[in-house]
Amino acid sequence: MNRIELWIIILGGMVVTYLIRLSFFLFIPPDRMPEWVQRGLRYVPPAVLAALIAPDLLLLDGALRLSFDNHRLVAGSIAALVAWRTRNTWLTIVSGLLTFGLLSLL
Amino acid sequence: MSSSNSRAGSFSKLRLEFLGGARDQLPILLGVFPFGVIFGALAVSAGIPPFEAQSFSLFIFAGSAQFIAVSLISGAASPFLVILTILVVNLRHLLYSASIAPHVFHLSNLWKIPLSWLLTDEAFIVASARYRKGSPELAHWYFLGTGLMLWAAWQLSTFLGITLGALIPPGIGLDFALPLTFMTLILPTLTDRPTWTAACAAGAFSIVLANLPFKLGLLIPAVLGIGVGLGMEMRSTRAGHANGDPA
Repeated sequence: MNRIELWIIILGGMVVTYLIRLSFFLFIPPDRMPEWVQRGLRYVPPAVLAALIAPDLLLLDGALRLSFDNHRLVAGSIAALVAWRTRNTWLTIVSGLLTFGLLSLL
Repeated sequence: MSSSNSRAGSFSKLRLEFLGGARDQLPILLGVFPFGVIFGALAVSAGIPPFEAQSFSLFIFAGSAQFIAVSLISGAASPFLVILTILVVNLRHLLYSASIAPHVFHLSNLWKIPLSWLLTDEAFIVASARYRKGSPELAHWYFLGTGLMLWAAWQLSTFLGITLGALIPPGIGLDFALPLTFMTLILPTLTDRPTWTAACAAGAFSIVLANLPFKLGLLIPAVLGIGVGLGMEMRSTRAGHANGDPA
């Protein structure tokens, strides 16, 4: 691929990405959104976060793996407990990474 | 809270917001930084010159889309197809734009244009946690701080990947910091039964649809989860239980 084609991709990719991110900020006033859309928006963070977390913990090599040899699931469950009890981000990360590291050594 | 603050007082307040946003992005950087390094190394090894490789991070600033673009480029896809793929991969940002819009719509374009430019997955997640806490007067400074922190880290990590390339040992497990950080961020969003249901549904669909291409394995489960939560809320409202507290 030559440099001109690369720059077409970089600039084209930039334009489409920003139009998407700018869409509701600039073009659609929130009070003009239908009521069900406004009510639906509060579900965006929990739904997005759950869809990010679940595959990372439950899938191993692309397949569902609900067992103790899925180290991410075990370490993630312990970290979830820490997150729930402490609400502390760093404690959660450290407990999860430590558990994951220890399990890998065993 | 009042508009009668002294100039110096409101300056130190917006500084606090800005730095707070930057600080709250730090745990996420632990997971993001290795990806930036890998992206830089991968782009160079795919034959993309260093300046163009850095430009992907500078101008597109969207991790997953950049990775997929590089793999398509090394497979000699046409530029049009690559741009179309970037569009599809980033469609999920429509949700973020809609979700944040009510909080920023009153701002001038001078704010809206740079803020939307910073609206990645990670910035959205941290900024929306801030907006949930209320007192929104200066929260856009928080959003700016968190977005710029991520942007700077993405540039630096890409640069390191380009320059150090294959020297970086792959897979030291730091990417696992991302779901761990997200766990602490999802908890405050789970306030009632519909939000729990939305999260559980989105999580379940993300497992079932994990093999969809183009990051649709995130967009479609998220939309389905939102639909389930909304459907539950509407049903319980109709049944007369206006508050959806968990039983």
